[in-house]
Amino acid sequence: MSVIFDNLDLFGQGMATTISLTLASGLIAIVLGLLLAAFRVSPVPSLSGPSGFFVGLMQNTPLTVLFFLVVFGSPKVGFTGITYWTFAVVALGLYTSAFVCEVVRSGINTVAAGQAEAARSIGLTFTQNLSLVILPQALRSVVGPMGSTLIALTKNTSVAVGFSVLELSSVVNQLNETGDAVAALFGVALCYLVLILLMSLGFEALERKVAFSR
Amino acid sequence: MSSGATVLFDAPGPRARRRNAILTVIGGLLVAAIVVVILLRLADNGQFDGVRWEWLQYEGIQRNILIDGLTATLKAFVISAVLAVVVGLVLSIGRLSTNRWLRYPAVAFVTVFRALPVVVLMFIPYFGGSAVFDESIPLLWCVVFGLVVYNGSVLAEIFRAGVLAVPKGQSEAAVSIGLSRSQTLRIVLFPQAIRSMLPTIISQLVVVLKDTALGFVIGYQELLVKGQEVARDPSFQLPYIPVAIVIGAIYIVLCSLLSWLATYAERRTGSSRRPRRAFDTGVGEPVPGDEVLDLPV
Repeated sequence: MSVIFDNLDLFGQGMATTISLTLASGLIAIVLGLLLAAFRVSPVPSLSGPSGFFVGLMQNTPLTVLFFLVVFGSPKVGFTGITYWTFAVVALGLYTSAFVCEVVRSGINTVAAGQAEAARSIGLTFTQNLSLVILPQALRSVVGPMGSTLIALTKNTSVAVGFSVLELSSVVNQLNETGDAVAALFGVALCYLVLILLMSLGFEALERKVAFSR
Repeated sequence: MSSGATVLFDAPGPRARRRNAILTVIGGLLVAAIVVVILLRLADNGQFDGVRWEWLQYEGIQRNILIDGLTATLKAFVISAVLAVVVGLVLSIGRLSTNRWLRYPAVAFVTVFRALPVVVLMFIPYFGGSAVFDESIPLLWCVVFGLVVYNGSVLAEIFRAGVLAVPKGQSEAAVSIGLSRSQTLRIVLFPQAIRSMLPTIISQLVVVLKDTALGFVIGYQELLVKGQEVARDPSFQLPYIPVAIVIGAIYIVLCSLLSWLATYAERRTGSSRRPRRAFDTGVGEPVPGDEVLDLPV
């Protein structure tokens, strides 16, 4: 236990980096993911095709390989002087955007066809249909899966430990040098547990708040 | 989305067709511009130079990556997948048990290990082994441990969700003809649950396959580590990007095969019961992965 308290600053720094990675890459993922989803469902094949291709590419590539490409590849094409933290954010953001896109898309899929048909038959335009009928229902059913995606993102930030980012799980590496790996493992696991369970409680509360009966 | 009316869009008339055609051209140009910028950037920095791709022709490297690396990856995947399914079954039986001495530990196990990153789970035997047993645990088993503990917990939730989704009449009927609780689970509920959850189970196996690459972090000699050895070679001018592209392509092929199996299983098992949805494009339906799967933690 004393190992954890003696190195609180190390744990604090690790936690801060994990959270900052999550927030920054989560923002990129949500913005890019919404854009991809809009392209994906649009009746414009030159946008929906590439969007689907990108999503498939990201979903079938291990995050570690993407990290490898971004972290080691970027300096080879002239992106030098950029921190490992930034590279990690880019890799995590790109990867997660594909999952955000699929969450939004399947959220739209959960809206029963009859809803849109009814909206059309009373004369709503495409925009009205989308903004008054489809999206309000879709967004609510998106909250739960979106929460799961962001929780998965938080756990995925740990891949950055293999690419020189000193986030939470790197504390184990750092304390291993002084022979305190086991205590560090307990501490790190505890930190993740608190972080992830808090997040999931938060998203569950949010989900209950926006829940509606069909 | 390519032809005719969908729920959201009417069959396009002349104006909509014209507008869509214009948007298609603009979108196509936009996408082409992005692709050209990326390719130019790569070409300007010599990433398409022959010397950076020459390594593909060396037999030793081919053997190193395709045989040693791929075997190590597939070995970790197969062992982990089999064990994860077994662990998942055991945990789900525990979670569904009416005995609280079985149920609570299973709930605790699943809750804790689903909340930890796989990297940290791999760290447990990796760092803990040498600290506790004074002997380092082989890297393969560190990778397998992380993958089995995490994915076993996720699979337990999938099996449980499948069992709970079986209509109530099934278990009531089983009890009324005198089957015990374990017989009900074994003969009636699990066969139906596994059948209906097969696509989700296979998608989770795709996650297992992808996560074998996390072995890179602890130095397990899988595809990416083998690739890195080549990428570090100055005589090929440090071909990090070509290596990442090739390794990525190998993973995409492997995962796509498994994903395709999931879609196939979905079509075989579940398509008739699925309700009609807005935006149902019919092609390229999302395969629910663990990231998207909405299960209570």
